[in-house]
Amino acid sequence: MDITELTVHELQEKIKNKELTIMQINEAYVNRIKEKEPEVQAFITELTEQGIEQAKQIQNRIDNGEKVGDLAGIPIGIKDIICTKGVKTTCASKMLEKFIAPYDATVMEKINAEEMIDLGKLNMDEFAMGGSTEYSYFKKTRNPWDLSRVPGGSSGGSAAAVSANMVPWALGTDTGGSIRQPAALCGVVGLKPTYGLVSRYGVVAFASSLDQVGVFTKDVQDCAILLNVIAGYDEKDTTSVDVGQKDYTKSLQKDIKGLKIGVPKEFYGEGINSEVKASLETAIAKYKEMGAEVEEFSLDIAKYALATYYIIACAEASSNLGRYDGIRYTYRAPEAKTLKEIYKKSRSEAFGAEVKRRIILGTYVLSSGYYDAYYKKAQQVRTLVMNEFNKAFEKYDVIVTPTSPTTAFKLGSKSNNPMEMYLADICTVSVNIAGLPGISVPCGVDSEGMPIGMQIIGNKFCEETIIKTAYAYEQETKFREKYKPTFKK
Amino acid sequence: MQVSREEILHIANLAQLELKEEEIDKYITNLQEILNFANIVNNAPIDGLDITIGANEAKNIFRKDEVKTFDNIEGLLQNAPAQDKHMFKIPKVLE
Repeated sequence: MDITELTVHELQEKIKNKELTIMQINEAYVNRIKEKEPEVQAFITELTEQGIEQAKQIQNRIDNGEKVGDLAGIPIGIKDIICTKGVKTTCASKMLEKFIAPYDATVMEKINAEEMIDLGKLNMDEFAMGGSTEYSYFKKTRNPWDLSRVPGGSSGGSAAAVSANMVPWALGTDTGGSIRQPAALCGVVGLKPTYGLVSRYGVVAFASSLDQVGVFTKDVQDCAILLNVIAGYDEKDTTSVDVGQKDYTKSLQKDIKGLKIGVPKEFYGEGINSEVKASLETAIAKYKEMGAEVEEFSLDIAKYALATYYIIACAEASSNLGRYDGIRYTYRAPEAKTLKEIYKKSRSEAFGAEVKRRIILGTYVLSSGYYDAYYKKAQQVRTLVMNEFNKAFEKYDVIVTPTSPTTAFKLGSKSNNPMEMYLADICTVSVNIAGLPGISVPCGVDSEGMPIGMQIIGNKFCEETIIKTAYAYEQETKFREKYKPTFKK
Repeated sequence: MQVSREEILHIANLAQLELKEEEIDKYITNLQEILNFANIVNNAPIDGLDITIGANEAKNIFRKDEVKTFDNIEGLLQNAPAQDKHMFKIPKVLE
């Protein structure tokens, strides 16, 4: 038995039946990281030594007859945008290269309360700005299905690490698709919760009205289990919403008879790769077979939403990234003599090209003379996008689209063309604009064996519905039993 | 709208960024291209629509104004690029 192939619920079962110990599980994962990290390059900071120490302690307590929690000793990987006390949190930027978080993010407190073992901080695009993880200051993560391709982004390290079995699951963040798109490109499950369901406290801010923490897992059941851990109101995040504690594993039901699925035709048109489209059509036919009521409808917002996304996200980023001033916890340009020079030189030397590009765009659209033409219009389009989704959810329980217009592309093929990289987000950004939950589940592979993802969008705080929709499909089609990453060179 | 060299330098200055010569041309091209695309918002049917600033209902969240201590001072200061006597050190601000 290859331990690292197992899902977390399978690990839990085997721990319970005394077939596996916490030590065996963690040693297996640490060995797997040793073996695969040189190829995949998913980690910015490995915490394998500390992880083994933690596992020993938990194992000792179990051996002494102490009862521990259901998730105690289960490994996890954390996107390097989430603050982890005493551990470097770099956001994949030279700006925060040496930053050691002095406190834990709320989601980390929750992970630690379960006594899960953080095996490392995972690679990403710098400040989560990108769709390929190529904009990391430190390294380029590879797609485990084909090492010459990108894992997607910005949470590419998280997606690749789960896909390559280097961690059983991971946390990521999603501002415009940064969980769902890499999950699709790496053949794993990725969930972005409703805006406000999970606390953003201690998560480095990119675009505060869009950012949300979510999960990468091997299957939908694990996704529900991990969402149970991280969801919940937090007084330290005034945008978090109190919807009470729910048990998302109760949504793991196979019966979807009568479920109303809306298929927005604009998300299957121009720019969507024909193999991706064909795979989605097969998945939709499967839903019909399973008793869902499927209807095509018009949701003509994708192109407006993408433009609006880049205006709003960059505007918020230009403001949020103002805090990186070289004074308190960031890179400081060594040759800077005056305060003004510290600001300018530190920022100019430590931000990468994409981050500067977005700060410039954001500053431009907020500057006097252009505010009304761009920023205000984008905020009105945001209302339009929300209205259109509201109308759709009067008729449908879920909306199904491709997660990404293409499968994983080659490293270097888009990194010098910002507009082309931005278009990779066309299917995912509107979900963030409207603050909705979305899940990506694998639904097939293309002719080159690269995974394809299906995005299931739900109404606000209706995670149960999208989890059920995803679970029913997964149980019927069993993607993980048919396809595995090949680490093709 | 055409982005000029002066404009990009003005924007960079507002954002506290110093651009190298080769960056200036690159960012003019990038910004122009992105703005051309972003102009699509002008074609959206948004007449009469209010603006939205956040995903959820905008309302004030109040809490008691209570002092809470944060005791990991060493943890904060260890990240300072320059410090002296438990203070962040910066160059002289007033001449």
